Formats: sequence, C-alpha cells, structure tokens
Amino acid sequence: MISILGSTAIAAAAVSSLAGLIFLLRGRGRGDQRLIDRGHWAVIALFVAVTAAVVALEVALIGVDFSVRYVAANINRATPLLFRIIGLWGALEGSILLWAWVLAGYAALVAVRYRGRHQETVPLALAVLLGITSFFLLLMLGPASPFGRLSPAPPDGRGLNPLLANHPLMAVHPPFLYLGYVGFAVPYAFAVAALLSRTLRDEWMTVTRRWTVAAWSFLGAGIILGAWWSYEVLGWGGYWAWDPVENAAFMPWLVATAFLHSVMVQERRRLLRLWNHALIIVTFLLTIFGTFLTRSGILGSVHDFTQSLIGPLFLIFIGAVLVFSVGVLLLRRDEVRDTGSLPAYVSRESLFLLNNVVLLAIAATIFIGTTFPLLAEAVAGVKLTVGPPFFNRLTVPLAMALLILMATATLLPWGPAPRGALRRFVGPGLLSAALVAVLGVTGVRGLTLGALAVIIFAAAAQLAEFHRGARAVGRAEGQPYPLALVALFSANRRRYAGYLAHLGLALALAGVAASSAYRTESDHTVRRGEAFSVPGYLLRYDGAALSRHPDKLVVAAAVSILPPKSLEAAPSRPAAAVPAIATLYPSERLYPQQRTPIPTPAVRSTWRGDLYLVLLAVGPDGSVVLKAITNPLVPWIWTGGLLMALAGLISIWPGRRG
Amino acid sequence: MMRRTRLLIAAVVVVAALIYVIIGGIRGAVVYYITPSELLAQAEQAREKTIRVGGRVVPGSKTWDPVTLELRFRLTDGSATVPVQYHGAPPGLFTEGQGAIVEGTWDQAGVVRARSIIVKHSEEYAPP
Repeated sequence: MISILGSTAIAAAAVSSLAGLIFLLRGRGRGDQRLIDRGHWAVIALFVAVTAAVVALEVALIGVDFSVRYVAANINRATPLLFRIIGLWGALEGSILLWAWVLAGYAALVAVRYRGRHQETVPLALAVLLGITSFFLLLMLGPASPFGRLSPAPPDGRGLNPLLANHPLMAVHPPFLYLGYVGFAVPYAFAVAALLSRTLRDEWMTVTRRWTVAAWSFLGAGIILGAWWSYEVLGWGGYWAWDPVENAAFMPWLVATAFLHSVMVQERRRLLRLWNHALIIVTFLLTIFGTFLTRSGILGSVHDFTQSLIGPLFLIFIGAVLVFSVGVLLLRRDEVRDTGSLPAYVSRESLFLLNNVVLLAIAATIFIGTTFPLLAEAVAGVKLTVGPPFFNRLTVPLAMALLILMATATLLPWGPAPRGALRRFVGPGLLSAALVAVLGVTGVRGLTLGALAVIIFAAAAQLAEFHRGARAVGRAEGQPYPLALVALFSANRRRYAGYLAHLGLALALAGVAASSAYRTESDHTVRRGEAFSVPGYLLRYDGAALSRHPDKLVVAAAVSILPPKSLEAAPSRPAAAVPAIATLYPSERLYPQQRTPIPTPAVRSTWRGDLYLVLLAVGPDGSVVLKAITNPLVPWIWTGGLLMALAGLISIWPGRRG
Repeated sequence: MMRRTRLLIAAVVVVAALIYVIIGGIRGAVVYYITPSELLAQAEQAREKTIRVGGRVVPGSKTWDPVTLELRFRLTDGSATVPVQYHGAPPGLFTEGQGAIVEGTWDQAGVVRARSIIVKHSEEYAPP
C-alpha cells in the first residue's frame, strides 16, 4: 500500500517537473505571464509530491513495513525510533530521495520568493532546477527506487549499519550536508539563467551571493558535524582521514569560499565576471561529482559501479551539465567582459585574487589525489591509494599561505594601499609575538610553533579590525566600548560576520595543529581498582558492567578520572579510595546483525583538549584493555567550524541592512 | 594587451608549478593495493615498501593476546595466503571469513607488519 503511494508520488513529481519545464520555457518564450505562473505552481506541486514520497517512506520506516525492500534492508524491529527516522539517509535510495526533496524544497522557495520579480532570469533558473530534479526523479523511477517491494514480506529486517545507529550526530550531519550540497544548485541555476538571458548587469550576483552563503554555511556545518561524528564513533581518535567521501564534500566548499571572496571584487570593481560564473559552475559540478563518488559504488572498485545503472547515469549527467555549462559560458563570453581594472598590485583586490589561486590550488590538489586512484584503476588496471601524507604535505603549506593572505587582506583597505597601512600591522603583530613567545616558553617548537604563529597572527588581525572599528564608532558617537562594538557589528553585519568566520577558521586550524602535533596514544591492560596514568591524567579502572538494550548488548567499562596528584600526596592510600572527578564509560556494543562488537569511545572534553578512551577488550580474568588518547584543543575544531557556519548565516539573515 | 599577456604567463607558471608539485607528491605517497598472490609473486620488489594487501581473513587463523596486544591472522585471495601481524586490538567489524585490507610493510621474514587494518567501509551492510 505504502509502496504504491510512494511510487505514485514520485511519478506525480516527475509529471509536475516536466509540466513545469514546459510551462516556464514556453511562457518565457512567448512572454506569457499566465504560463509562467503555472510553471511556478508546477514547482510547488513538485515539492508537495516529493514531500509525499518522503512521508510515505518515513511511515514505512517508522511502522517497520518490511514489504518495502528499503525498509527491510536497512532497519529492523529493534531499531530505536530516532534511527528508524534517520534510516531515510541510511542507504542509497533514501539518500537520493532526500537529495530530490531538498532540491524540490529550494526550487519551491525560489518559486515563491521571486514570484513576479526578475522576470528574465527566474523562469530560466527554475527551469534549470527542474532539469536537475528530473535527473534525480529519473534515478528513482529506474535503478534507485526507494519503494521496491518484497513479497512475501520478511518477518524482520536486516537492521541499520551499527556505525550509523550509534550516535545522534548521525541525525544532523547528513541533513546539513545535503542542505549545503544541494543548495549550490540555486546559485548555479541563477548563474546559467543570467548568462542565457543576457541579464548581466551584476544583479544576479546579489541574488546568487546570498544563496551561496547559505549553502556554504550548511555545507561547512555538515562537514564539521561529519568529522565530529567520525571522531565520536569510529574509535581511532581522529576526525579527518582524507577519505574520498570527506574530500567530496570539502572540494565544493573550497571553491564556494573562493567565489564568496571574488564576488566582492566583482561588486566593487566590475571585475572577474567570467571568473565568478566559472567558479559557481565548478562548485555545482563538484557537488554532482561528489554525489557520484559516494553514491555510485565506484570507490569500492571501478568495476563495481557498472553493476548498477546509477554510476553510468551519473556520468552521463555530469557530462551533460559540463557540456551545457561550458557551452553557455563560451556562447556569452564576449558579453561578460570586465569593465573595470585592478587598482594596484598591493591592494585588497589583488590579495583576493591570490586567495582564489590558493583556494583553487587546494581544491585541485584534493581533486587529483582523490581521482588519481580511480584513473589508475580504470586506465592501467592498477589498484592503489593516495595516502594522507600526500594531502598533508600539499595542503598544510597552502593553508598557511591562505592564513597570511587572510590576515593581510583584512588589515588592508580596498583600493591602492595607503602609505600608513603598515601601521595597522603593528598591534596584531605585537599581540601575536607575545603569545608566540609564551608558547615557545611552554615548550612548543619547530613547525608547530611556526604554524601556530601564523594562525595567531591571522586571528589577531581580525580582532584588530573589530577593535579599530569599535573605537572609531565609540569616538564618533560617544558610546561606551561594548555598545560601540555591537553598533559596529549590526551596522556592517556582512563585513564583520566575515571577520567572525575568519576567527572561526583560525580557531579550527589551531585545534587541528595542536591535536596533530601533541596527540598521545597508549594501550593499558588493567585490573579492577588499578590506577594508571596517561599524559595529564590519572585514571582508575572501576569494573565493567553488562546491560541489555532492545537493539544491542553493551559492555561498559567504568574509568574514573582522579585528581592528578592525589596518589603522590598520600602514597600509602589505596587508589580505590580516591574520590573521582568524573567517570567515563567506554563500551563495546554487540548488535545482533553483526558478529563482532563495535567499540564505542568515551570522550571527556574541556577547553584544553580531550581525553578519549576506547575499550579494546575484556579479558577472562576481569582485566580490560583500554586505549587512551589525549588530544589537545580538539573542541576548538568543532567550535571554530560551527562559528564559521553561524557567521555565514548571520551575514545573510534578513534585516534592515544586508 | 600587455596586462593580459602578463596575467596569462603568471597563470601558466602557477598551474605548471602546482602540477609539478602534485605529481611529485603523488609519486611519494602512492600505496599499491595488491592481493596475496601478487605479493608472493613480487616478493622481492615489495620488501620493506608500504603496501596494502586485501583479502579474506582465513577462518580459524586469528589469534589475539589481550596482554601483549599481538594480533595475528592470515589473509587469502583463494590461491595464496600471507601471514599478518598487528599490534593492537582487532578493529570493530573485523571478522574471520570476512574481507579486510591491511596497510603495512612486507618484512624479511615474509610477514606483513600491519600499521592499520581497514575493514571494508560501506554504509550498506549485507549479512554473510
């Protein structure tokens, strides 16, 4: 029953999508407003239909209807409600449905918001969005149907992959990622529509910039939440492995970041028009390419992916989008000529150009590192991987260059640098020199100290800009400093939200640098009541307990954190008698659908860093094997990354002044 | 025109430099993925290089000492079998009879010294 409803909804969505395409293109061709209006309604009908399909799949998942193949393959009766709901993005077909739903949602938003405005571009932009949606609907009508049936229905399903059913972050990471990924379709649609309709008066840029910032923020949050999930669940104490799946999300974010900067040069100087169109097109292509990488099975083996039609269909789609976009760009290249010129070699404008070069170099490095193994296998038949050392060796120096550019461009004004500009570097320079000296005294050395110095200077430059602005406002209006700071921020929200995002980046990279350089890892075999120490902590193992849950068995070891000096003060005192500061419960979880237990780490975070415990084994004599990892400044990564995303949303939040 | 030419030259130089660095970097960081048969066939060239060996964990071959944390097992592709040694606990999802990939070096004694064990990472779980 639900299968039929769901399949009907998808068919209805496909019909709406095609009808909308025809209405919009014909209406625009004939200048017939009534047809265009119908096109807008078709977009809304499309959204309603895809929503119905999502609701149908959710009803089947929540109601454990195993006559739906997708439900039987991905959850079972013991799956808790939250993880039944998020089963929507637990596997391929549901993910494609989620893609289509988010895209239809964005299209509906565009249809409602721009009704009767931007008459030359909006119908075309909507048509482009419908074209993309049609591809995903086609996938669901063909090889990736979420509503395939099983007859007879099995008594129970297979259950969600335990790694996905293990942490609530799985509930938020994919939706943010998809909001970001799919969101880039909107700026792409507007860029193409502007080119096709010759509406090249930079007006599409205002529309596009806001949508791009929104997608950029969501994607950034999605990437950070994904890293956090992998840190909390996978038990290796890391958060980023340069895995193709991670790279697939990171590349469009980098190119979009380049666009967000170069678009400012276009707004100010009427420069880089062709370049900005190209950046948006590349960003969108990378999102489709990323979806292809993660959804076609090509990562398992190049030969795997031909077993289903999905991979080849994606390749055809990518090819079609590429040919279409490049064709449009070439067709209009003479009309998107720049009318201004670069003011000077040393100016914020030229630094933005360099920023673009560096960001694209990072993206290109990651692209080549990610695709090289696929090419090697497809062309030469050799299976190989490109390891993290490659990515680290190239991206770390590029990231440092990026930070130096970021600090310098923040401190320099627009236009040719005035003679006194160097004075602005004095304050942040002195501040960071002092902090770096403190770090040097505490024992930070070598490349890590160099990297931290660059990061601190980049952060100090942002703070200096806030300070300079607030002081000027305070002097001009006679306001006290904190009020002046607030006034400054709300009067120039876009600019200062940008600096806030820069601060977030500096925080996150400080976390990356510190946790890469000063992570410690040790294994301990301990008996009950035994104390052991890891750098910075004194720990005691307090015994293990077994608990039964509907979907799993959990063996949790209780590990107490003791005051570090407690045993030295009274050596005769037994370790078991010392009161604990906190207790962590690293565990092993055994799911019936899996034969070996999944270790689930326990993490204690403070602003200085994490203690990360993994239960490796429980011995027959009551002893346990624990892996203890200390990871300095890791929480800074989550804080900084989410601050960046938040800053993006703050900058576009509707208000009196953008 | 002059300006354009200069810009073009700068772009070409930057792109060429980047390609040079990337290709150099990839050469040093490539890890070949081979099967136990291929490893035995090229035993001498592969010695002391970082490799990835993929295969099935031979049932009954796994021994693990929770005190010394020595994990030993054998990987097979059906025709050839190689011994693997690893320091640490078997990762989650590691099961005899299932596929696994180990990354490490092939030592003088003919044992793969694994630095990491990768269990096939897939979000779709299929029961055996």
